[in-house]
Parts: sequence; C-alpha cells; structure tokens
Amino acid sequence: MLTQIAYALPFLAQGFALTLWVSLLVVVFSLIAGVIMGVGLVYGPIPLQWAVRIFSDTIRGIPILVLIFFVYYGLPAVGLHLPSFWAAVLALTLFKTAQVVEYLRGAVGSIPRGQSEAAMAIGLTFRQRLAYVIFPQAFRRFLPPWINGVTDAVKGSALVSLLGITDLMQAINQVIGRTYEAMPLYVLGALIYFAVNYALSLASRRLERRFSFIRE
Amino acid sequence: MGYALNFNLIWRHFDKLWGGLLLSLELAVISIAIGIVIGLVLAVWYVSAGRIVRTIIAAYVEFIRNVPLILLVYLVFYGLPTVVDIAYSAPTSFVVTLSLYSGAYLVEVFRSGLEAVPRGQLDAGKAIGLTPWQRLLNVRLPTMLRITLPALSNTFISLFKDTSIASVISVPELTYGAQWINFNTFRIVEVYLVVTAMYLVTGYILLFALRLVERRFRAAR
Repeated sequence: MLTQIAYALPFLAQGFALTLWVSLLVVVFSLIAGVIMGVGLVYGPIPLQWAVRIFSDTIRGIPILVLIFFVYYGLPAVGLHLPSFWAAVLALTLFKTAQVVEYLRGAVGSIPRGQSEAAMAIGLTFRQRLAYVIFPQAFRRFLPPWINGVTDAVKGSALVSLLGITDLMQAINQVIGRTYEAMPLYVLGALIYFAVNYALSLASRRLERRFSFIRE
Repeated sequence: MGYALNFNLIWRHFDKLWGGLLLSLELAVISIAIGIVIGLVLAVWYVSAGRIVRTIIAAYVEFIRNVPLILLVYLVFYGLPTVVDIAYSAPTSFVVTLSLYSGAYLVEVFRSGLEAVPRGQLDAGKAIGLTPWQRLLNVRLPTMLRITLPALSNTFISLFKDTSIASVISVPELTYGAQWINFNTFRIVEVYLVVTAMYLVTGYILLFALRLVERRFRAAR
C-alpha cells in the first residue's frame, strides 16, 4: 500500500501544483476585478452601484458548482470557446470577485466619513483621497478577511476536478482508480488541503490581532 | 449570435428540477438539524472542558473548515466503507457529511454565542437558586440561541447552496437535475438560467423568512 502511494507521489505533486496555480490566478484576477468593482459600488454613480450589487448578490446567491457548470457548458453554446482550464478559472474568479467586492465595501465603509470630508476640505482630488487617506486605513480592515477568504479559492479549486482538470482532487481520484486505496489517499489529500488552508487562516488571525488596535 | 433560447424542453422535464429543489431543501434541513445537535453538544462541552477535550474539538472544527467539501463527500462515500463495515446510500452518506460539516461551523457559532451571554444573567440565575443544569437550560441556552440566530440562518442558507455538491455522488438534487437536462437535451443556457433563478429565489425566500423569525426573537439589548 505504502509503495503504491509513494509511487503516485510525483503525480499528486503535479496535481497539487495545478491546484496552487489555479488558486493563485483566481486570487490575483479577483483582487483586481473586485477592488475596481468595489470602488464602483461605494463611489460610483447609482446605475453602476446597482449593476455591481446585482452582480454580487447573484453570484453569491448560487452554488459555485452551478456557476462552474454554467460557464463551462454555457460559453461554448453561445459561441465562446475557452479551454476548460480557463473556463474554470473564469468561473472561480467570478465567485471570488463577488467576495472581494464585499470585503472592500466593508473595509471602506468602516472608515469614518470625517476622513473623507477632511481630505476634501484640504483640496485632495478623488484619486488622492483614495490613495492617501481611505485605502491606507481600509487596508488594515481588508487584509485579514481577504487572506482568510483565499482558503475559499483553494477549496473551490477542488471543483475544477469535475471538468476533467487534473488538480490535486482529480489526481487523488485517478490514483484511487488504479490502486483502490481510497481511504489513505483521501486522508492524504485532506491533510494537504488542510496544511495550506490552515496556514492561511492562522496568518489571517495573526494579522487581525496585530491590527486590532484600531477602534471604531 | 447563433443561439436561440428555447425553454420548451426545460418545462417538459421541470419535474426533475422541482423534485431536485425539494430534495436539496430536505438535505439541508436534515443536515442542519443534526448539525445543530452536534454544535450545541460540542460547544457546551468545549466551554466547560479541560485542555485535551478542547484540543480535540478544535481539531475537528479546523479540519472540517479547511478541507474542500467535495473531498469530504468523497471521503465519506467512497473512503469510509473501505475501512469500516458500513453501507449506506448516496443521500444518507451526503447527509452524514453535511451534518458533520455544518456541525463544525456551528460549534464556532454557538461557542462565541455562549461567551456573549452576559455574566449578570448567570449570576442572577445562581442568585435565585437555579441548579447548574437549570442555569444552562433555562438561562444560558435560550439567550445564546437568540444571539446566534442570524449566524444560524446564514449557515442554513449556505448549506442549502452546498447541497449542490451532492450531485457528484449522483444524489438527484437540483444541480444533478440541471446536469441531467444539460446532457439529455443540450438546452444548456436555458437550464442553467432556470436553475440559477431557482437557487436565487429559494435563497431569498429563505433569507426573508428567517429575517422575520430573527426579528421576532431578537435578543434584547
């Protein structure tokens, strides 16, 4: 049993690398899209606010799995042919973007109005207000939940196995298909996911404690 | 654009989706009921236990929270029966998984709820001569439940969405119904539009109903 699993380790490592790669892409893309949309939600004109609100509430209201299937099977049907890998990344990014939008809204919303007004009073432009006054303060509120939310990207990435992408989850299933060692391999997989995500949540908790000197 | 929407085939097979939605709700309700029991017992035990028990409970919580649900579903359905002599159907296995899963989240919810019960209430209970057991049952738990109600309804709604994972072990819930129609009729965009709407509408009805319940039982401030 152990020799079989040891034999499969390089293959599992490849799957794990793909899991990390998918998660990294999703985290980076969703951070960019989420911050832009979040700023639109807080400061944009009313129609833009509505658009972002509807986007975020719709995405957060349906299961990620449905979102993944919708993007994966739906895009080719309307004539957009993405490789399955990018379809999966797109779907997970949509899901994660909605989360980032909410983190940003919460973080920016927690900065007292007076800060914005004071910045306006000394003649800072909108961009300067965001860059020098709002974001440096909001950052400390944004970071801990955002890092904790990265675990959702890692966990969500396990669903791409259903599109035939050989991530860690799919690699485990394939090794089980050959060796019939279901339990040890699932436990091994669980421990790998756990190690990554637990490290992230510890980091999040530590940061939260570090930033906790800021009071309401 | 070369795609014309045609919902006829969706309505013809709508029973698959409707039945699936009911099964999704059923799975979520049973799982949260068991999850509440697990969460309550472990949370009460946690706050009064020594270091070893606390470590074990915390390990369970952290393990479940940091592993993808789909892996837990596979582990319980395909993995466990290979080492323990049990046999269960896919829906039962999924309920077991989702109960353990929601239990882990609810331990955290209830634990922080228990800590949020004002000390004065427990002292008052002691002052009027309630036994420790009565204080727990008649003072601590009711107050804690009121405090944790919003977190409890959020957990329920997210469990309802998590039931979609049951489709990977062929439990015929809503996402499975969508997949079935997808593969058998190829009305891909239509079926996912309908299913998205079904998840959203059900989710928001649940949210609205639970907010009403919360308002009725809101903790006095």
